[in-house]
Amino acid sequence: MTSPLQQKLKITGPVVVTANRLGDGAVVYRTATGDWTKRLERAAVVTTAPTAAEMLSAAAADDVGAVGAYVAPVRVDPDGAVRPGNLREHIRLNGPTVALPVTLGI
Amino acid sequence: MYLYDDFDRTLVAERVAEFRDQVARRLSGELTEDEFKPLRLMNGVYLQLHAYMLRIAIPYGTLSSAQMRMLAHVARRYDKNYGHFTTRQNIQFNWIKLKELPDAMADLASVKMHAMQTSGNCLRNITTDQWAGVAPDEIEDPRIWAEIIRQHTTLHPEFSFLPRKFKIGITAAAHDRVAVKVHDIGLRLHRNGAGEVGFEVMVGGGLGRTPFLAKTIKPFLRKRDILSYVEAILRVYNQYGRRDNIYKARIKILVHELGAEAFAKEVEAEWDTIKDGALALDPAVIANVAASFRYPDYAKREDNPPEFSQKRAADRRFDLWVKNAVSNHKVPGYAIVTLSLKPEGAPPGDATAEQMDALADLADRFSFGEIRVGHDQNLVFPHVAQLELPALWQALEAIGVATPNVGLVSDIIACPGLDYCSLANARSIPVAQELTHRFRDLDLARSLGRLHINISGCINACGHHHVGHIGLLGVEKNGEEYYQITLGGSSDEKAELGTLLGPAVPYAQVADVVEDVVAAYLELRERPDEIFFDTVKRVGVEPFKERVYAAH
Amino acid sequence: MRLIKAGRIVDDRFVRVLDDAPIPEGVSAIIPASRFLADADEISRREGLTGVLWPNNRRVAELASHLPRLALVALVFPSFRDGRAYSQARQLREHYGFRGELRATGDILRDQFLFLVRAGFDAFEVKKDADAAVFAESVSRYSVFYQPAGDGRPSALRGRLARPNAASAQEFAATVR
Repeated sequence: MTSPLQQKLKITGPVVVTANRLGDGAVVYRTATGDWTKRLERAAVVTTAPTAAEMLSAAAADDVGAVGAYVAPVRVDPDGAVRPGNLREHIRLNGPTVALPVTLGI
Repeated sequence: MYLYDDFDRTLVAERVAEFRDQVARRLSGELTEDEFKPLRLMNGVYLQLHAYMLRIAIPYGTLSSAQMRMLAHVARRYDKNYGHFTTRQNIQFNWIKLKELPDAMADLASVKMHAMQTSGNCLRNITTDQWAGVAPDEIEDPRIWAEIIRQHTTLHPEFSFLPRKFKIGITAAAHDRVAVKVHDIGLRLHRNGAGEVGFEVMVGGGLGRTPFLAKTIKPFLRKRDILSYVEAILRVYNQYGRRDNIYKARIKILVHELGAEAFAKEVEAEWDTIKDGALALDPAVIANVAASFRYPDYAKREDNPPEFSQKRAADRRFDLWVKNAVSNHKVPGYAIVTLSLKPEGAPPGDATAEQMDALADLADRFSFGEIRVGHDQNLVFPHVAQLELPALWQALEAIGVATPNVGLVSDIIACPGLDYCSLANARSIPVAQELTHRFRDLDLARSLGRLHINISGCINACGHHHVGHIGLLGVEKNGEEYYQITLGGSSDEKAELGTLLGPAVPYAQVADVVEDVVAAYLELRERPDEIFFDTVKRVGVEPFKERVYAAH
Repeated sequence: MRLIKAGRIVDDRFVRVLDDAPIPEGVSAIIPASRFLADADEISRREGLTGVLWPNNRRVAELASHLPRLALVALVFPSFRDGRAYSQARQLREHYGFRGELRATGDILRDQFLFLVRAGFDAFEVKKDADAAVFAESVSRYSVFYQPAGDGRPSALRGRLARPNAASAQEFAATVR
């Protein structure tokens, strides 16, 4: 499966740059100030390929901060709220769609 | 089971130290991710959707109770209280932090566990029969050979940077519970005409984008020659396997492109130069490894004692569980017990830390402290006295691993899928869960007989969908999850790849379609005991297609 | 780039000859494979030690007959993930009995040093100074090896035969209930 990082950048809507934090693997998003945040609402949202490419490039170079950076689609609601743009990103932000195993009463 | 000696312990300890240093150099930035990635992969550390994933090796699927307790500890201390048993007899933890990994590895090393080579372009876990050592139809214990080959291929200086991953499976029984025909190298221990025991060597099996069944390149290889022959195969692959395209880099492509005969010729030419060298196994070396395997001190017991048969006659539910999950053992008075990790509604193959601790205690009480992991993502207690089955059953029920659905429609093999895996296109766990609800009726499940459903969330086929009786492959269409359905695959000695049923089906409908496939089978089968696979073989896929797609 | 030989950083006395450059007389030189093969007899008679830079996608069998006259063979790792030269090294050492300098070039990190040594390499062109500095420490990382390889160290399978099994019996007693 082609890594999103290798795919040609085709921007058809708003996107963010996302990755996994180096130390603990947590899902993070690139901010306008070049940091990483777990909060999608703090992510820098861009809409053109050149700005996305530039942000991605800077993110990839910062691999002590986070690893596996790529460009991910988001949806921006009328009220300005930023939401994951596909099922994969939804799962990354919110966790697995299935309950984690729990045993009660042993 | 195999007893580590100080060679093994030292190697694992040194590996832990090396990995600790590699992690430190990564965290400080001295190593880039590009440089670190192959190193962490060789230590079983993946990056998944939410977090890192650690895949711990369970060599040929054998675990001691002490090791199971340590897995429970890892689940609690470093993860989210559960682990997932895989189709290669390993275990995965989905929420591990990189910075805590060296400590987790050190904890594992204290019970002789590790994560070496569970990922990366190197030799992976050598898998074998989860009934090894106790199956009545076995020629001899294949784990001895799995251990010999495991050692040989661990940190092998020449083969740590292969074109791609390499998987070896070994079977020694008439019935292949290992799926050797879909391995890069499949080995089958058998007796030749002269009564000698040796290996049939098959190469180039594999699933994924271009599935192939392995080809026999050496019908009979003497035990003495197994290491040198495997070495020759690996050397040919290392040098001539494709490195230009990761989808064409497995040995199956090389065997296919050269042709099995030409490939075998290359191997023989290389083998000729090394077969009488340092890799020739003399009987003393083999005996030494064999002697490091400990077998239980079985008591002399009556087979099928009256108390046992009485219990079965008195308790229908117990009897149904015995019929489903208990198999004959080569020692009279003992049994092989399969523990289903597929209860209704649960993610297939998962176990919580509480369950793992409980299983460790039960293994101590009932199974001489030994547990096995099958590629079907179920567990096995390999040495249970028949007289103790009633007590064991009650204890297993109490921890939720006694669903009598082993090998039945709700005993589903599924990869983690899009809920966890960054390679996936679609989810597999919720599909499996829904199917266990649809087929919750055990009377129905029993009447359907042996029926294997395999689900993969992407073409990498970790769920082995190609060789499922019913195979589901998750694909993405316009941002939506769809599932391609194949019928009639098989992973055992009659291995076959499944045939496509028809157009892919959307997520919301896939459980309905599987129910329709099963309904079609009930209609089409000649007799109640003609299993699904045989019906498909007899009538083909068309009659199923007509019925299923007519309804949708 | 640092050259490591005999476990230490040393100066390289071999000159790397480019494809179409003249081969200098009287000095140690490493010559590209096709150049060498095109003129092997002539080149082998030159004054000065001769080495060949052999690509990782060519059978070493083609070089075999020339080995007695070569002081050095340099093998290539285009990426450290490309492990073909490990096989070439072992074949040169173990099958063809090459005794000259076997040099690893290209993309090599400290994490490959021990594998390289075990495969039979005895010289290393290391791109990161920090890696070169820890060569000795890196190759002492492991003291046990499961498989026999080109470096002649005994493997565990053999080493065990010389040992009594007393430890194992105690182990077994501890694991059984």
